[in-house]
Amino acid sequence: MITLSSYLILSAILFAISVAGIFLNRKNVVVLLMCIELMLLAANTNFIAFSHYLNDSAGQVFVFFILTVAAAEAAIGLAILVVLFRNRRTIDVDELNELKG
Amino acid sequence: MTITDFLFFVFAGMVIMSALGVVTSKNPVHSIMFLVLTFFCSAAIWLMLEAEFLAIILVLVYVGAVMVLFLFVVMMLDINIVKMRQGFVSYLPVGIAFAVVILAIMVWVVGPASPDVSNTAALHQAVTHGADYSNTKMLGKIIYTDYVLAFEIAAVILLVAIIAAISLTLRRRPGTKHQIPGEQIKVKRDDRLKIISMEAEVKK
Repeated sequence: MITLSSYLILSAILFAISVAGIFLNRKNVVVLLMCIELMLLAANTNFIAFSHYLNDSAGQVFVFFILTVAAAEAAIGLAILVVLFRNRRTIDVDELNELKG
Repeated sequence: MTITDFLFFVFAGMVIMSALGVVTSKNPVHSIMFLVLTFFCSAAIWLMLEAEFLAIILVLVYVGAVMVLFLFVVMMLDINIVKMRQGFVSYLPVGIAFAVVILAIMVWVVGPASPDVSNTAALHQAVTHGADYSNTKMLGKIIYTDYVLAFEIAAVILLVAIIAAISLTLRRRPGTKHQIPGEQIKVKRDDRLKIISMEAEVKK
């Protein structure tokens, strides 16, 4: 029987995997951005599960706006990444600890 | 076990497997492909929760636009994959430990044994709608009435994102040679052609 807990545990697993991914891929900024996308997906799944089980559509509206903001965040993050790579020739987090103009 | 339960477990398993693929694969392009699979399976799970509009939006906007953006950026960057993997093994125990701790706490709070989730009467109001129910119509009705200000702000946020992304990545290279059509059209005959008077040349 599928209950609310099943969906919440699924998104908890997804969130835990993306936290582990942020720890493991500390050198690659692109994979870090992808892990943030996975976290947002887990949060959105929670919102939709609660929206369904509370019979309240406000949760779906929230997911709509989270998707909008996440798309904007991904676009700006990748643009910053491209500029960073042009100037420093690397996307290693360890070498990006100073702003030299 | 009904067919719905079976489908849920199939898609949940695929979500978890492909999410593991995202964080563990060596090549960033493979990570993006696994992320696309994760979004597809999540869209299927959202469909089971009767959020049809958002499931379609997830596939169209995320898989269709954001993931393609990721793919282009990864192809544009010249990354040394081997160097990027340094430290993966040394961070593996810490990462797994953190993930297990976070997962255990979350399951303790939201799991089936938790009284907060299973004993709250408000959380058992799930309604199964018929085929004549339109999720898109319902969302449209409340987005354009109750949430219209938030909707406008979301539009402004997208505009800001467009302008920021373009202005960050636009560059003018000083060395490139290109035509200036205005200057070309403005040119007069006298700028290019000079008529001089001279003796006629005769071939001997």
